[in-house]
Amino acid sequence: MSEPRTDAKICGMGHSMKRKEDPRFIRGQGRYIDDFVLPGMLYMDIVRSPHAHARIKKIDTTRALKIPGVLAVIDGPTLAKYNLHWMPTISADTQMVLPIDEVMYQAQEVCAVIATERYIAADGVDAVEVEYEPLPVMVDPHKSLAPGAPVLRKDKEGKKDNLAFHWQAGDKADAERALAASDVVISENVYLPRIHVASMETCGCIADFDTAQGKLTVYMTTQAPHAVRTVLALVAGHVGLSEERIRVVSPDIGGGFGGKVPVYPGYVVATFARDYHMKVELGAKKDGTMTSLKIKTVADHGYSNASANPSKFPAGLFSICTGSYDLKHAFCEVDAAYTHKPPGGVAYRCSFRVTEAVHAIERATDALAQKLNMDPAELRMKNFIKPEQFPYKSVLGWEYDSGNYGVALKKAMDIIGYDSLRSEQAEKRKKGELMGIGISSFTEIVGAGPSRDFDILGIKMFDSAEIRVHPTGKAIARFGTKSQGQGHETTYAQIVAEELGIPAAHIQVEEGDTDTAPYGLGTYASRSTPTSGAAAALASRKIRDKAKKIAAHLLEVSEQDLEWEPGKFFVKGAPQMAKTIQECAFAAYTNHPQGMEAGLEAVHYYDPPNLTFPFGSYICVVDIDRGTGDVKVRRFVAVDDCGNIINPMIVEGQIHGGLTQGIGPALYEEISYDDEGNISGGSFMDYYVPTALETPHWETDKTTTPSPHHPFGAKGVGESATVGAPPAIANAVVDALRHLGVTHLDIPITPEKVWTILKNKGVAE
Amino acid sequence: MIPAAFDYHRPDTLDEALKLLKKHGDDAKVLSGGMSLLPMLKLRLASFAHLVDIGRIPGLDTLKEEKGTLRIGAMVRQVALERSDLIRTKYPILADAIPLIADPLVRNRGTIGGNVANGDPGNDQPAIMLALGATFVARGSKERSIPASQFYKGLYSTALAPGEILTEIRIPAPPPKSGGAYAKLKRKTGDFAVAAAAVQLTLGKNGAIERAGIGLTNAGLTPVEAVDAAKYLAGKMPDEKTIAEAAKMAAAKSSPSADRRGSVEYKKEMARVLTARALRKAVQRAGGN
Ligand SMILES: Cc1cc2nc3c(=O)[nH]c(=O)nc-3n(C[C@H](O)[C@H](O)[C@H](O)COP(=O)(O)OP(=O)(O)OC[C@H]3O[C@@H](n4cnc5c(N)ncnc54)[C@H](O)[C@@H]3O)c2cc1C
Repeated sequence: MSEPRTDAKICGMGHSMKRKEDPRFIRGQGRYIDDFVLPGMLYMDIVRSPHAHARIKKIDTTRALKIPGVLAVIDGPTLAKYNLHWMPTISADTQMVLPIDEVMYQAQEVCAVIATERYIAADGVDAVEVEYEPLPVMVDPHKSLAPGAPVLRKDKEGKKDNLAFHWQAGDKADAERALAASDVVISENVYLPRIHVASMETCGCIADFDTAQGKLTVYMTTQAPHAVRTVLALVAGHVGLSEERIRVVSPDIGGGFGGKVPVYPGYVVATFARDYHMKVELGAKKDGTMTSLKIKTVADHGYSNASANPSKFPAGLFSICTGSYDLKHAFCEVDAAYTHKPPGGVAYRCSFRVTEAVHAIERATDALAQKLNMDPAELRMKNFIKPEQFPYKSVLGWEYDSGNYGVALKKAMDIIGYDSLRSEQAEKRKKGELMGIGISSFTEIVGAGPSRDFDILGIKMFDSAEIRVHPTGKAIARFGTKSQGQGHETTYAQIVAEELGIPAAHIQVEEGDTDTAPYGLGTYASRSTPTSGAAAALASRKIRDKAKKIAAHLLEVSEQDLEWEPGKFFVKGAPQMAKTIQECAFAAYTNHPQGMEAGLEAVHYYDPPNLTFPFGSYICVVDIDRGTGDVKVRRFVAVDDCGNIINPMIVEGQIHGGLTQGIGPALYEEISYDDEGNISGGSFMDYYVPTALETPHWETDKTTTPSPHHPFGAKGVGESATVGAPPAIANAVVDALRHLGVTHLDIPITPEKVWTILKNKGVAE
Repeated sequence: MIPAAFDYHRPDTLDEALKLLKKHGDDAKVLSGGMSLLPMLKLRLASFAHLVDIGRIPGLDTLKEEKGTLRIGAMVRQVALERSDLIRTKYPILADAIPLIADPLVRNRGTIGGNVANGDPGNDQPAIMLALGATFVARGSKERSIPASQFYKGLYSTALAPGEILTEIRIPAPPPKSGGAYAKLKRKTGDFAVAAAAVQLTLGKNGAIERAGIGLTNAGLTPVEAVDAAKYLAGKMPDEKTIAEAAKMAAAKSSPSADRRGSVEYKKEMARVLTARALRKAVQRAGGN
């Protein structure tokens, strides 16, 4: 779809409508969790462990309780009385709410101080004295998985090792045979470190128990309010919380990126992870035809597997790791280890582990090009799944809905001037200057369900829309998802506008209140447009069908005689005989046909038949300072394909933000641990989030390959750029150092890492 | 990020401020821009029962050249320096550095007095003061002057006595054929230096270096003055070999510690690379080759 079908007044799909939510955000009138002040509200602050592993010998609260305004200090034993000291993770593992005797990672919640004011709560935390006996710490996931390692999760009866789970996809023997038969094989150890989502707004929660009504209202920064309600009912049912008396309200959210899917002990954010140690082997024939891929991963999940992944996919959709290439043989496996680190394995704007998968295959592809002495663009072109192969069944089991990879890469190459950059690079190399060009041609996989494969804790991953058209022709639309900045209030309104012809300005979108919104699994993994967006279209179409009956009644013609154009029905051949959607809406409440139910509303629960497979090609040019090792991104071209676009401006915004969150991990961000399990990179003083000044000028463009199964041909786009950008940058840096024999660098690529290579090769300034 | 309770005082005169400091002794701390002090309090790395805000005291915002001396009041904010034509045209060493200090929000509040009095070797302006040969004017029971080279005693420890307030910075106005430069490597905007070098020099008639001052940021527990390197340069032609040698000598004076910005080896090497770069630029600005 190129040109919008509706006019600017209706503002349906394809219009760069300004975001309806922005006036309140820009004016500081958004309502975030911190803006809620309830009568008699109390505040909680948390005492955290300075040790990664220790026995709690004593918690002395005397001094804290003497502070006026400190009302209570709650610890594990207190919770144990109500059997609330353990909680499930979204991945059906368990985790302590508060510890009884042992802490298992640094910064673990030890006890909570309840006070009348936020400041007093902080003073209370300062005054609690905890005595610890430090215990041996396990930080290395490889050692943790080695035979004979001490068992970390002694709480799990019969647990004899530290394996959180093993997962695999594909035929190992077949992939290995094919590797052995390959002319060339590259093998690289690729590590993706822990990083933090670093959303502008932190996590927070207010619980309000109304004793008169026996109802609990929870205001929470959650990306999945309905799931939280159900989990609360399941976890705390034994203390009398019943689902109809729980209301979860998710107000305006200042960024989520996956960090606001899980529920935390005390609902405070822990650290977030990738922490994938991948061994990637890729084989090819002499002519560059890829033959086989094998990836073995050790995933460091910290003390508990708290990933937000669908039940059947403990390593997410990692098996998309064959990427954009027509690979006939592949195998991947993940061993997840427990260590004394914060529970991790959670997502970060990564579409369920697709960032890891894309990084592995895109880095390996460049390493292969290097080994074959072939241009990386040419190698990609040669191995892309061809347009005529779609729908394409991948060897690891996915059915790619659509794609046209060569066109996207060609477009990116044309925009950036690929050939002249290669000549420039050759010139520079002669002069000893370091410049690199990196490509990433990624394939994303987003929009879970279908529900036959996807659930979280048993709840199927459909999503929903409920639309009510008011008598005056305006509408309210509610959804099971929850925007954290994605612009749902605008895009959903545009979908309804497209389908019903009601101006988007007149469609009020609401999400996040479980008392009013239809049930759904929430917003993450780029699933809102593929699921709730589709539901919006299908619910609208139900409404249009009914409106058509009403129009026929008003015009006294048969339904078959009516045609639709956005906003009105008219009689075939007599366009002056018409009824607008607004007139139909009014009639639905004032003059509906006998025998028809009054009103004009519909609900749709959409269960997608398949995922959607957005893709893109990114090309990045970097220059390296030979004195300092500092990497400057000179240019970055991003060509994205997310099928039909609802709002081009919002898509561009998603890509800009995603690319920026791509250079973050590529060049700056990392949370690491020393041997004692001490966190470094635990605050913004040493966790380097790029600012506008570090951000290059993004050059974006698109191709359009609609999803064949989505009601309006759209695909998710929220994470394409975070998934696609890091390997483009890493590939560019390695490319700049290729002639020195460098084949791989782990991210974040810090100046010192680069400088160390330059020094070792004797070319540093 | 929630500080312990404190009392906030905002005296209108210097004498009143000094009186408050005297009265509360160790429990009191001077507050200027607050951009270093407040984070320390919020992280509960420090706590003071009394903060004495000197922001309303008149006369601490001088910024002018007078009788061969540049006078900068302690309360002059970074943003004012950043916008000053005098600084831009005559003190490029400062003009280089200021846009690299923190971010615009911090520079709107942060003061030069706070930057040099903080005693954090990560601050950028102390090294510049060393290179410029600045003098700090302090007021306690009486007024005294302290050369920058004698000001820094240890980590967060300076020559200021408890109860003393830094009122003004005095910098000798550079003679003709002078040039200065500041070269800083940092991980990102808002981060302190991995390493940084401040150079101020004057060329003689024959093009040789007459006088040089070199200061290093984040190269030890205090700002480092590379005295040997400066001495070595005096009287020499500023050719590549001389610059390289001086940079090596300066780096030898640095004793950084390892952190997320880099290892000791890397930081020392960066001190060398950046000193050489600042020297080249300073020479160029002085009208040399
Ligand atoms: C995110 C961030 C990044 C930063 N990055 C940099 C950077 O890259 N480079 C850099 O140089 N700085 C950086 N800073 C620090 C910043 O420049 C501060 O403004 C500066 O260090 C202190 O100046 P201030 O006016 O804010 O002083 P304050 O924070 O008010 O005071 C700092 C200290 O100096 C004392 N003090 C202040 N004024 C006087 C006086 N007149 N007499 C006696 N004692 C006094 C105070 O008692 C206190 O101990 C950064 C700060 C932040 C928050």
